[in-house]
Amino acid sequence: MSNSTTSQAFLEWRQKKTTKPTSEKVIEFIIKGAGFSSIILIAAILIFILKESLPFLLSKFDFKEFFMSTEWYPASVVKIRYGILALLVGTVLVTVISMLIAVPLGLACAFYISEFCSPRMREIYKILIEFLAAIPSVVWGFIAIMMINPLIINTFNVPIGLNILNASIILALMSLPLIVSVGEDALRAVPETYREAAEGLGATKWEIAIRVLLPAAKNGLMAAALLGVGRALGETMAVLMATGHSIQIPQSIFEPGRTLTATIAAELGESPKGGEHYQALFAIGLVLFILSFAVNLSADYLIRGRRK
Amino acid sequence: MFRPSSHLINKEIKEKKFKNLLSSITFFLFLPALIIILWLAIKGSPVLSWDFLTQDPINGMTAGGIFPTIVGTFWLVVLSVLVSCPLGVIAAIYLSEYAADNTLTRIIRLAILNLAGVPSIVHALFGLGAFVLFMKMGTSILAASFTLAVMNLPVIITSTLESLKAVPHSYREASWNVGASKLQTIRYIVLPNSIPGILTGVVFSVGRSAGETAAILFTGVAFYLPFLPRSVFDQCMSLSMHLFTISTQVVGVPDAYPYATALVLILLILSVNSIAVILRSYFRTKRKW
Amino acid sequence: MRNIFYLVMMMMIGCSNDDRMLIVQNKGSDTLVNLAQAWAEEYKKVNPEVAIAVSGGGSGTGIAALINGTVDIANSSRAIKDEERAEAMKNNNKVINEFVVGMDALAVFVHPKNPLDGLTLEEIACIYGEGGKCVYWHDIRGTKVSGCHENKIIRVSRQSNSGTYQYFREATLGKKRDLKLGSMDLNGSRESIDLVEKTPCAVGYSGMGYLNKHVKALCISKNDNAECIKPTLQTATDKSYPISRELYMYTAGTPSDQVKAYMEWTQSDAAKVITIKAGYVPAPKK
Repeated sequence: MSNSTTSQAFLEWRQKKTTKPTSEKVIEFIIKGAGFSSIILIAAILIFILKESLPFLLSKFDFKEFFMSTEWYPASVVKIRYGILALLVGTVLVTVISMLIAVPLGLACAFYISEFCSPRMREIYKILIEFLAAIPSVVWGFIAIMMINPLIINTFNVPIGLNILNASIILALMSLPLIVSVGEDALRAVPETYREAAEGLGATKWEIAIRVLLPAAKNGLMAAALLGVGRALGETMAVLMATGHSIQIPQSIFEPGRTLTATIAAELGESPKGGEHYQALFAIGLVLFILSFAVNLSADYLIRGRRK
Repeated sequence: MFRPSSHLINKEIKEKKFKNLLSSITFFLFLPALIIILWLAIKGSPVLSWDFLTQDPINGMTAGGIFPTIVGTFWLVVLSVLVSCPLGVIAAIYLSEYAADNTLTRIIRLAILNLAGVPSIVHALFGLGAFVLFMKMGTSILAASFTLAVMNLPVIITSTLESLKAVPHSYREASWNVGASKLQTIRYIVLPNSIPGILTGVVFSVGRSAGETAAILFTGVAFYLPFLPRSVFDQCMSLSMHLFTISTQVVGVPDAYPYATALVLILLILSVNSIAVILRSYFRTKRKW
Repeated sequence: MRNIFYLVMMMMIGCSNDDRMLIVQNKGSDTLVNLAQAWAEEYKKVNPEVAIAVSGGGSGTGIAALINGTVDIANSSRAIKDEERAEAMKNNNKVINEFVVGMDALAVFVHPKNPLDGLTLEEIACIYGEGGKCVYWHDIRGTKVSGCHENKIIRVSRQSNSGTYQYFREATLGKKRDLKLGSMDLNGSRESIDLVEKTPCAVGYSGMGYLNKHVKALCISKNDNAECIKPTLQTATDKSYPISRELYMYTAGTPSDQVKAYMEWTQSDAAKVITIKAGYVPAPKK
């Protein structure tokens, strides 16, 4: 470290002495510009979604109706209503249930790969995880309709297989790769000396896992779960095809529901640009943006907060 | 004399049970992927043929092949990589070589993280608002590719950053000490040594764009086009969107068609990913440090 | 490496060889998109120099695009409104021309295990309409559906801004009543039919031509005393089937030669064969 600071100092000294050619200055300017691109883009996303939804937010938008009413009637002939409660509940339900499935399994899997596998096996599992992560969401949706749907109908003897459970299973499978790989990273980050010390005291792997690794990697593992939440929250095509797309607050996991993302995907295509319905859909986009922002910030806080 | 006590034996058995439990969980997690691919292959193989890949869909998309969708996906992916790759790599160079350890850099990192976490349908809204309407690109390959590029940018930045950081600092110092400027060091020392990692990241992002549906739904993909796109201002068809339409909307499609389309999509993505994996392991063996 | 390069080059060239082709932009109703697409495909054989680019987006979107002059032909599953005509006149001084290109009859269908053969419009309103009290199949003349758990009706519908949904609502509930929430609003006809096919409890609706033998289309009667009429080509054309309507295409101003030729072709017998194949009812002769 001290070496690099010396040379950094040397570099600065040298740079003061020699003036840079203009071309180099221009290139460095471009590099800086590109460096800020992600800030610019995230701001641009917010601005454009705000811009498109603003007329709705300023006129028709009614906070109480928007968040407290389950009546999403964008094309009503009686009274147009934009209540997203049912959609919000749908999103939360599929996210929570999918995480109940995916987090324990994913973390168990991360434990196995990080603690029991040889480096070679770990490499193979990593490749498998990458493959699992690469299956596109529309294919997952297709699987939900064609495979999970009859499976649920036959196993649980329920009338409909496109429901909250189906979407949760699909989302669990989709977010597992992320949870496993982030969780595994968190476990690998625990210093080897911890394990050695515990082993020296005669602890079994199980005890090490529960008593040593879990507390030590707690934040990282929670971040893994949160990133999984973020993934499940934002998933669109798969839930559009798997939930059954029904505006209601489901009474059980075997009833169909609908999510925020799926509503945008299904309805935006047919709502004329600049219309009220179109703007309301952008307002849903804004809600999603804020939700995912909050989830990602907390994940980042968990990972980084500890390192400080 | 040193016979293990029953307590220790118990412990050993417990340990074994624990390991078996975890390994079976892990095994069952990967089982679905295997089953899915096999199942798609079995159901889709009857129609999968060279003709299926090279012919246009006919009879209201209920027969024929999927050629235009493959071409469309190809255009979208290539164009989006052409946009996101340079931008992402340069942004990563900034973060790794220039950025000081301060609040601004931390905000940039947060922005990247959040950009990666933005739901794809929100990217679609952004693409519609910014590229299709504001920049007046219309629903076109261009607008869809830009939307995909924005989506992939954080992936490329993160993977590039990782491979730039992997180049030992001593390499840079050596270069500076012989009088090379910072930019020259990046150009001749850092980049050549991290190209493999960058390439791997880019190839992975290609796989990701090829399967994306939501982001291109409103920005550039058509339900059906009787001609191949002639320029980036035309719309195009895409494999992922085609799978969605024929499995939910078009009536009278033989059952095997959506399976075969899904199979083609998955095989395409898996082969792209395999290239990335092979690249990575090949370069890893050749690494100099 | 070189081979890959050639392959890429070939794909690029393969993408851009049709420079002389004239493109007619055709946009609008998702109800009509399948028919418009089937026609576009057939028309490529009739006149290879003209390509019809079809996209969906809904009737309103299509008409709006026509008014703005970004498309040549708008597909619509509803008649154009007077104010829309006026707007086109105001915007670019263009008169809208109307073409009835076909008829669409919405069939209401159930699982074959369902003993019902027909429904009255009132019963459909009771099942689908807001405030309707029919939740179980036994609410309708004491029907018992075997294989249906709890005998509960599962309503299959479509997303609320689709033309099909809006027409179904208008035909069964009139212009002053909404559909009940909580139905499964599926993305397309295929999904609706697939679902009803697998679900004894379900009831759904879609364009008549999409039906297959795995679902049972019901006959519909206007009221308790009226005759129950099955959806067929005949009953749809003479409009005796209660849920049938015209489908339109609109052009603005004096159409260009290729648009005119295409619109004339759509009224030909060759086009009508395609219409029937695509699951629609050809427009009645004037």
